[in-house]
Amino acid sequence: MKTTILSPCGILGYGFPESSFRAAIAQRPDAIVVDAGSTDAGPHKLGAGTAIVSRMACKKDLKLLMEGAKALSIPLVIGSAGGSGARTHVNWTLSIIEELAREMDWQASLAVIWADIPKDHILAQQEKGGVTKMSPNVPDITKESLDATNGVVAQMGAEPIIKALEAGAQIIVCGRAYDPAPFAAVAMHRGHDAALGFHLGKILECGTLCAEPGTAKDCMLGMLDDTGFEVWPADPKRKCTPVTVAAHTFYEKDHPYILKGPGMVLNLEGCIFTDCGEGRVRVEGSRLEWIPYTIKLEGARLRAYRTFVLAGIRDPLLISRLDEVEAEVRRQVKEYYSEIPEDQYQINFYHYGIDGVMGELEPDRTLPHEVGLMFEVLAGTQEMANAICATVRSSYLHYGYPGRKSTAGNLAFPFAPSDVQFGAVYMFSVYHLMQVADPCALFPIEYREVGV
Amino acid sequence: MTIYEAAHVVRSKNSGPFAVTLDILFDRSEEYFRLKNSGMITPEFVAGLYRISPEDITDFAWFDAGLGVKITYLRKVASGTVGDRDVYGAQQHAPLLMLEMPE
Repeated sequence: MKTTILSPCGILGYGFPESSFRAAIAQRPDAIVVDAGSTDAGPHKLGAGTAIVSRMACKKDLKLLMEGAKALSIPLVIGSAGGSGARTHVNWTLSIIEELAREMDWQASLAVIWADIPKDHILAQQEKGGVTKMSPNVPDITKESLDATNGVVAQMGAEPIIKALEAGAQIIVCGRAYDPAPFAAVAMHRGHDAALGFHLGKILECGTLCAEPGTAKDCMLGMLDDTGFEVWPADPKRKCTPVTVAAHTFYEKDHPYILKGPGMVLNLEGCIFTDCGEGRVRVEGSRLEWIPYTIKLEGARLRAYRTFVLAGIRDPLLISRLDEVEAEVRRQVKEYYSEIPEDQYQINFYHYGIDGVMGELEPDRTLPHEVGLMFEVLAGTQEMANAICATVRSSYLHYGYPGRKSTAGNLAFPFAPSDVQFGAVYMFSVYHLMQVADPCALFPIEYREVGV
Repeated sequence: MTIYEAAHVVRSKNSGPFAVTLDILFDRSEEYFRLKNSGMITPEFVAGLYRISPEDITDFAWFDAGLGVKITYLRKVASGTVGDRDVYGAQQHAPLLMLEMPE
C-alpha cells in the first residue's frame, strides 16, 4: 500500500508557486494536507482573535488547494485553521471556504473539528492533578487567570481527524492541531504505521524547508509505503539530501530526535536516511511509543496597553551614561505622577546597538557610536500609557545630565509625532499539558455541506 | 577557523513560546565530529556564554545523522509579551558564531 501526501506550503496563506502545485497534482497525491498554525508570532493572534495571514492570501492559496482536491477527488485537510485554531479563527477559514465553494460551484462535504476547551473542564482536571505546566517559566493556572484568558485551545492528535476521514469528509478544517497530526491522520487512516505518519508530517508541515534551497513557501511531496517513506520537492530545482532531511528534525523543537506529541513520543535516533537521487530521500526506522494521552493547552490574555517611542542617540557622553540618565528619567516621571501607584505602569528602555536583541544575555557590551533607543510604557489603559509615555519622552529629551554639551535635546526622533500608540499586549497565560481519557472527547466534529 | 566559517547552519528559534533552541549544523562530517569529540560544547559552556543558569538548559543533544547539536534553554521572558526582545527567538544565535573551532 502506497500513499502520497502533498503539502503545498508551511503555513496556509504564505503562498506557493502555482507551477509547483500543478506539478505536484500531476503526480496524483492521495491527499492535500496543509498546516495553517503557529505560536511563533507570539500570543497576540490567539488573544486578539486575529489571523497570521491576510484573508486575500489565504483565499488565493485555498482556491488552488480546493481546485486540486476537487479535480482528483481527494481529501483536503487544514490543520490549526486561521493560525491559532480557536473558534473565531476556524470560522474565518470556513467563511473563505464557503465563499470559494460557491464561486467554484463545488458542493462538498466538510468536517469541522473544534479545538476550544471549556475552562471549567480545565479547572476540574487541575483539581485532580491532571494539568501540568510545559516548563517552570509558564504561569500558574488559577480561576482568575482563566477568567481573564480569551478562550483556551488544545492541540488535537490524529484521532479526531481520522474519524472525519472515515466519515468521508472531502474538506476537513481542524481547529488547533499538533502540526504533524493532520498528516499522520491521513497516513494512519490508510493503514500506515503511525511512526512513519508522524515523522513524515513533521517534515511536510514546513513545506520545502527540508530541501536545499529551503523555503516554507513551496510544495513538498511524501510517499509512504509499508517500511518507510520518501520525500521530494515538487520543484526539481530544490533537492533533498539525507543530511537536509535528517537535519530538518532539529527545526523549532526542543530535541533533535525525540519529539513529543499528543499521546505519543517519536524517536528518530535510529532512522536511516537514503539518497534516492533526483532530490529524493528515503527514510526508514522511525519509532513511536504510545504514552498516557495528554493534550497541549494554549491560552492568551491581555497583559497591558503599550505606547512606545523610537529615537536615535549620537552623543558619545550620553551613550556612556544611558543607565544613569534613564534612572533619573524614571525618578522624574514617578515624582510627576505621584498620584499613580508605581505598580500601575511599567517603563522599559531598549538600546539597539548595545543589547537591544539579547538583553541581559548579551555577552558583548562594547559601546557603539550610535544607539537606537526604543522605550515603552505599559499601563492598564491606553490613555494612561499615552500620558506617561509623553512624560518619559519629554523628560528624556530635555534631561540635563552632568557634563552635557548638547543642551538643546538628547534624542533624534525619526517620526513626528514621536509617540506610537501600539494597543493591547497579550501574554500566554496557559501553556500546559492536560491528561485526557479519550483523544476525541474534547474535539467535537461537525459535518456540513458547503457550496450549497 | 570560527564556527561561523565551519558550520553550514547556526541558528536560534522558539521551541514554543517559553523556550529558545540553538542549532549548529554541519554539511561535512569531519567538522561535526571534530566539534563533538572535542568536548568544547557542553551545557555549562553554553550557559556561561549566554549568562544563564545551567538549570535553564532543558535539552542538549548531538544528532549524528543530522550532523548537528541542539541546545534548548528557557526564556526569561516569554515570546511576544512585555519585555520580550525577540518574538521568534530568531536572533539569539550570534554568541556562537565567533567561537574558534577546536583543532
